[in-house]
Amino acid sequence: MASIPANEGFDAHDHAHDHDHDHKPGFFARWFMSTNHKDIGTLYLIFAIFAGIVGGAVSGMMRAELAQPGIQYLGYFAQILGTANPSFDQQLHLWNVLITAHGLIMVFFMVMPAIIGGFGNWFVPIMIGAPDMAFPRMNNVSFWLTFVGFLSLMISAFMPGGTGQGAGTGWTVYAPLSTSGSVGPAVDFAIFSLHLSGAGSILGAINFITTIFNMRAPGMTLHKMPLFVWSVLVTAFLLLLALPVLAAAITMLLTDRNFGTTFFDPAGGGDPVLYQHLFWFFGHPEVYIMILPGFGIISQIISTFSKKPVFGYLGMAYAMVAIGVVGFIVWAHHMYTTGLDVNTKMYFTAATMVIAVPTGIKIFSWIATMWGGSLEFKSPMVWAIGFIFLFTVGGVTGVVLANGGVDDNLHDTYYVVAHFHYVLSLGAVTSLFAGFYYWFPKMSGRMHSEFLSHLQFWIFFVGVNLIFFPMHFLGVQGMPRRYPDYAVAYTYWNEIASFGYVIMAASIGVFFINILYAFLAGKKAEANYWGEGATTLEWTLSSPPPFHQFETLPVIDDKAHAH
Amino acid sequence: MSLADTARNAGKVIRALGVAGAMTFGTLTMGASSLAAAPAAPVAQAAAPTTADSAAPAPAAPAPAAASADAAAPAAPAADAGSYTPMAPTPGKGMPVDKGWTFQDQYSPVGEQGLWMHDVILMPIIVAISIFVLVLLLVVMARFNKRANPVASKTSHNTLIEVVWTLIPVLILVVIAVPSIRLLAQQYEPAPKGALTVKVTGYQWYWGYTYPDNGGFEVISNMLPDEEAVKRGEPGQLAVDNRMVVPAGEPIRIQTIGSDVIHAFAVPSLWFKLDAVPGRINEKMLFIKEPGVYYGQCSELCGARHGYMPIAIEALPRDKFEAWVKTQPGGTVGGAEQAAAAPAAPAA
Repeated sequence: MASIPANEGFDAHDHAHDHDHDHKPGFFARWFMSTNHKDIGTLYLIFAIFAGIVGGAVSGMMRAELAQPGIQYLGYFAQILGTANPSFDQQLHLWNVLITAHGLIMVFFMVMPAIIGGFGNWFVPIMIGAPDMAFPRMNNVSFWLTFVGFLSLMISAFMPGGTGQGAGTGWTVYAPLSTSGSVGPAVDFAIFSLHLSGAGSILGAINFITTIFNMRAPGMTLHKMPLFVWSVLVTAFLLLLALPVLAAAITMLLTDRNFGTTFFDPAGGGDPVLYQHLFWFFGHPEVYIMILPGFGIISQIISTFSKKPVFGYLGMAYAMVAIGVVGFIVWAHHMYTTGLDVNTKMYFTAATMVIAVPTGIKIFSWIATMWGGSLEFKSPMVWAIGFIFLFTVGGVTGVVLANGGVDDNLHDTYYVVAHFHYVLSLGAVTSLFAGFYYWFPKMSGRMHSEFLSHLQFWIFFVGVNLIFFPMHFLGVQGMPRRYPDYAVAYTYWNEIASFGYVIMAASIGVFFINILYAFLAGKKAEANYWGEGATTLEWTLSSPPPFHQFETLPVIDDKAHAH
Repeated sequence: MSLADTARNAGKVIRALGVAGAMTFGTLTMGASSLAAAPAAPVAQAAAPTTADSAAPAPAAPAPAAASADAAAPAAPAADAGSYTPMAPTPGKGMPVDKGWTFQDQYSPVGEQGLWMHDVILMPIIVAISIFVLVLLLVVMARFNKRANPVASKTSHNTLIEVVWTLIPVLILVVIAVPSIRLLAQQYEPAPKGALTVKVTGYQWYWGYTYPDNGGFEVISNMLPDEEAVKRGEPGQLAVDNRMVVPAGEPIRIQTIGSDVIHAFAVPSLWFKLDAVPGRINEKMLFIKEPGVYYGQCSELCGARHGYMPIAIEALPRDKFEAWVKTQPGGTVGGAEQAAAAPAAPAA
């Protein structure tokens, strides 16, 4: 996308300061008091992988329980988690704790830290030719707030939460189940966990916006920024505008719970539905927060392996802006059955479907980027193409659910679960793996195995489709979400889904073997190991990049630029 | 009301446009023949059940039932004692079916309209789009891989195609939006003034059905244990001890409220889902076309036994419904009796 002029000045300068690059702080200072965007990005990635294992293990427990009708394993799991002789209600409560933990972990502690904290921190400064983030120490605070937020959520699982241990409110924390419906400190810890990670994300968003607006290298105008940077910029604005609303809503939950206020309690003039409006005013932008950086990653990868600039660059950038803007005015499509007025439902139906237009622009532009290209099916490209198809499938079921009249049947069924896992688990997570294989050698200096990466893709692809496609069938047949047990008629598709989980889990095993392989036997990575298609600034640096890069700012050459 | 009227009128005006749009899209995607027939489908569906009505539930002997309904008014005193035997559910009706992968059969007008919207409008479009994207990806991979096309083009703009792929989705969405908005207006149709009211209360973790027009008694409905359900020939996890009994073939006003946390009253085969929120009463019309047992489940997370508070609606002919009412403590039928019974109601 951007390219460096042939002048050697900045390279030579780099070498002259080599002694500086080796001057890394000691272990504790480097990893616990870090101010280096790459180190913080690495911390975020390691943290996200760890949280992903926890969240994935939780979903394994859920799929085990759902493999057959009846309650088989919940009592066993409850004992492991410290409830001796759990009653039937305590076992069922554990189910609610599992679905809550799975949702919160995957959203706040896996996808967001990996895609924004990890890849955003690593590559936004490099791609715009900046030496670091604008506020390096605040960057460190962001990470540790997220980390402590995760600890708070883990602690909540071992606190009394009403019927049993832990917070069993769902990740949406709807009042009054989360207020008068759950006594005990577990829900307070879960809410506090959202406060902490939310504060971390707000600080991170401020950091990204400031960095992108003020620290671009000479010649790097907004309309020359790589699309990944655009995607993080839009995401940062969504975070900045949406998270304070969540913070306010959950603070009101805390005061309702502990200080006698009645924001969401009708007995004192409050309204439980108000909480849902506030939550989804945050919650809908949140789903774009999770997927937009993925769009950015996919754009970089498709362009690199097609050896072509992104087709319709401006349309792609402003489609993301449009998705971000419209994302703020569609929240009540999560609330069609709460008793909304018919005109309100009509508005939200129409507004929600509008989002399909910019999303379609992105899908078609990716395909047009490939059209006429010279495609190389390296591992990131395979994941990216998989992303386009899976995201399309998840997107079109979104159009179905957007219709308030159809959602009257599908709301809170497994159809919804299938839809949002297609766009998030198969969309956002696929883009994470694509980005990981794209940049892992750049970050680590070691090449991964292409064979294992392809193998993981195919196992993952089969596994996740087996898990989630049958959920559409369960949904239209009426199986409600968040159920630990079900009518016998639903057995067949649930069995298949649980079988799919095992396959998906195997693909994650291949992923770790691949990382292990890279560190033990991987070839050393060159500066630009993807070749001529990779044109953004990270490919001008060594792999891994020096501890501090761009001490002399690169100058972006106007003429070499295709837009 | 006036808003609803406006919406309905708007719906009538744009109905023609919607049909035209659907047909245009049909010619674009899958040929005129399949979709040209589609707009006629709801008419056919609407007409069919009336004939099916009298033919299908043979054991219930609908013709005599209808006759006795007419005769019920003069003969009312004779039926005073009331009678009720729980109806045996018809396998596969009003419940999920083994390995099912489509919507449950619909037994309400709203359900038929919703099902038409999904099956005739939405499904063809989303399947066509998914296949279109898949085919494009396969073509691109075959034609423009490194071996087939060693030198990449540098094309990065084409204003015309960008305008086209913005406008065509807009048109497709308009084609969806027109019947979608109409569907919402149809679903909003309130129950007429004299309609039977049933107040549904969600409790942790059971349902209560109150009949304010019939003496104000409340039916408490708990899930049956699986063994008991199987013994009674009902599906496990869905069967209840006391069903919500309502008359078939007439509009019913359902009001929902939550007593502790939010629950949701949902019956898939009637295309009905309405949250039961503490502190507010939600209202919606329910119209069940034919007698039968229709199962549903709580559809808003409400605590430990969220999965264990199913819903079973038993729709009966009017006379049998009234006979059921009389078996209930304080249950009364008809306006005069209701007025007389009203003072006694608080005791119940």
